[in-house]
Amino acid sequence: MKIVVCVNHVPDTETKVKVGSDGVSIDKTGVNFIMNPYDEFGVEEALRVKQKHGGEVTAVSLGGDTHKETLRKALAMGVDKAVLLKDDSPRDSLSVAKALADYLKGISPDVLFFGKQSIDSDNGAVGSMVAELLGMPSVNVVVKLEIEGTTVKAEREIEGGHEKVETRLPVVITAQKGLNEPRYPSLKGIMAAKSKPIEEITPTPASLHVEVLAMRKPPAKSAGKILGTDASAVAELVRLLHEEAKVL
Amino acid sequence: MPKFQGVDYYNTDDLLSEDEILVRNTIREFVDENVVPIIEKHYRAGTFPLDLVPKMAELGLFGSTLPSKYGGAELNNVAYGLMMQELERGDSGVRSFASVQSGLVMYPIFTFGSDEQKDRWLPKLASGKAIGCFGLTEPDYGSNPGGMKTTAKKVKDGYVLNGAKMWITNGTLADVAVVWAKLDGEIKGFLVEKGMKGFEAPEMTGKHSLRASVTSELVFQDCLIPEENILPKSGGLKSPLMCLSQARYGIAWGAIGSAMACYDTALNYAKSRIQFDKPIAAFQLTQDKLVHMLTEITKAQLLCLQLGRLKDKGKARFTQISLAKRNNVYHALEIARSAREILGANGILDEYPVMRHSANLESVKTYEGTHEMHTLILGEDITGIGAFS
Repeated sequence: MKIVVCVNHVPDTETKVKVGSDGVSIDKTGVNFIMNPYDEFGVEEALRVKQKHGGEVTAVSLGGDTHKETLRKALAMGVDKAVLLKDDSPRDSLSVAKALADYLKGISPDVLFFGKQSIDSDNGAVGSMVAELLGMPSVNVVVKLEIEGTTVKAEREIEGGHEKVETRLPVVITAQKGLNEPRYPSLKGIMAAKSKPIEEITPTPASLHVEVLAMRKPPAKSAGKILGTDASAVAELVRLLHEEAKVL
Repeated sequence: MPKFQGVDYYNTDDLLSEDEILVRNTIREFVDENVVPIIEKHYRAGTFPLDLVPKMAELGLFGSTLPSKYGGAELNNVAYGLMMQELERGDSGVRSFASVQSGLVMYPIFTFGSDEQKDRWLPKLASGKAIGCFGLTEPDYGSNPGGMKTTAKKVKDGYVLNGAKMWITNGTLADVAVVWAKLDGEIKGFLVEKGMKGFEAPEMTGKHSLRASVTSELVFQDCLIPEENILPKSGGLKSPLMCLSQARYGIAWGAIGSAMACYDTALNYAKSRIQFDKPIAAFQLTQDKLVHMLTEITKAQLLCLQLGRLKDKGKARFTQISLAKRNNVYHALEIARSAREILGANGILDEYPVMRHSANLESVKTYEGTHEMHTLILGEDITGIGAFS
């Protein structure tokens, strides 16, 4: 089975980001970058599908040289091949999706994994767009996956519950937390990954359909108010929730 | 507490390779997810978290610098050091476990052992299926191990050991003990296995430090071990001291981990603790402490990094390892104490890791060569005059 997982290199969830001097991107100095956490679920699931059905797992990332760090991690976790679509020009979701789809066309994967979203720009669009561009069915926000023959059964999260769906290979799956528990790369895996090459390919150039005009941090929160520490404060709390916050 | 983000004021990450960073980050994540949440409970109970052993083995933490033939990952010394740093950021006891297993058990079996001993023990120790310990120190011979009283006597079926060892990390847990004893006056290494007749390993109790680590006595009373359990290539005090150099190197890195945990805790606390209507981080006395901590951590990082590079080239001298162990543990303990001061009364609670690290570092400052002995080793090296020999 041909399994591909797309991985993105994003600021760590705990990083306090600052808007850069250009006003349209973040200041990357001192920012830790990691494999997008949802993509980790994708890598783990890809490895499990391979374990069960055999085949080969390729990790693909679109971005600059720094993305090699994330590809190296994917290799250390156990993927067989890594491909960097080397281009760090600014892109919107569709332009990312087009570059990935153009490359993936030549590979025709049986299963293609994404994280349900990248935690940098949070559009959550690329997986579905690639599926559309490749003419593959897609199942998003997946928390459980079973593949038997060419039948694909998946459970996905929906508002307030789960939904079971069935489709057929080839398929695009976007992974949600809960799908699995991603493994740690072992030290041996890390050392083995060192000697595996990362293939570099020049992707389709970016053509922006959406342009970022400005980036702003949310306004600073004002200080909270302590009304009291015992039951006597309840009446006032209820009044304020009703009259000021208007949530009751 | 926000997630630990590392301390790297001098961009030392730029001096690390991709795989060294990946090793560090992997162990960092492992420690945050598997050690930090459970360690205070074990520390309070005075127990070692044994269920970490298979997890650490799966990651490949034991004997990680050894050839893959014996279950090692063939890490270089810098990656090994970064791993020790992150383990000790969790707890000195957890790092001690890994240090002993790797530097004091697998290393001597690999270096002084026969092929049969290597084949028998190294894969088991790497996979955590066997635990090891290292018996050198005795009740009356600490800084002066050459005076040891434990003896081995050649008999028809092997060797008979008599004597006692003390302060032995993992002793009670160990399936195999690397024991140093005098055979006709010469120090040799022996492998003593759990359950051998005449061998007991009672746990020492009453520790106020390294409480999440097992410390034991090893007692040998006419303990007969088979002929094939001598480490054939060992000979003289130099052999155990070579092992200690390995372990001390890991400790120099480990101390940075403890120091980072304390600094990180103190910095976060100082920014959020309000007194006199402003965060205590705004006070000059607090800033002075924090800056001192950061400066010493940064210096320690650079010391270790260069030491690791030298070690990878086979150029590190044991006196250079002494310098790093002495300096880094000394400052880590000072940093832990300053952090406790910044946290005020909260600093003594186990809601924060500071008091635990501080208490642990009291041991770390003394074991594997006391601070004072490392001073004298360096003193002898630069003056050519030995103060203790």
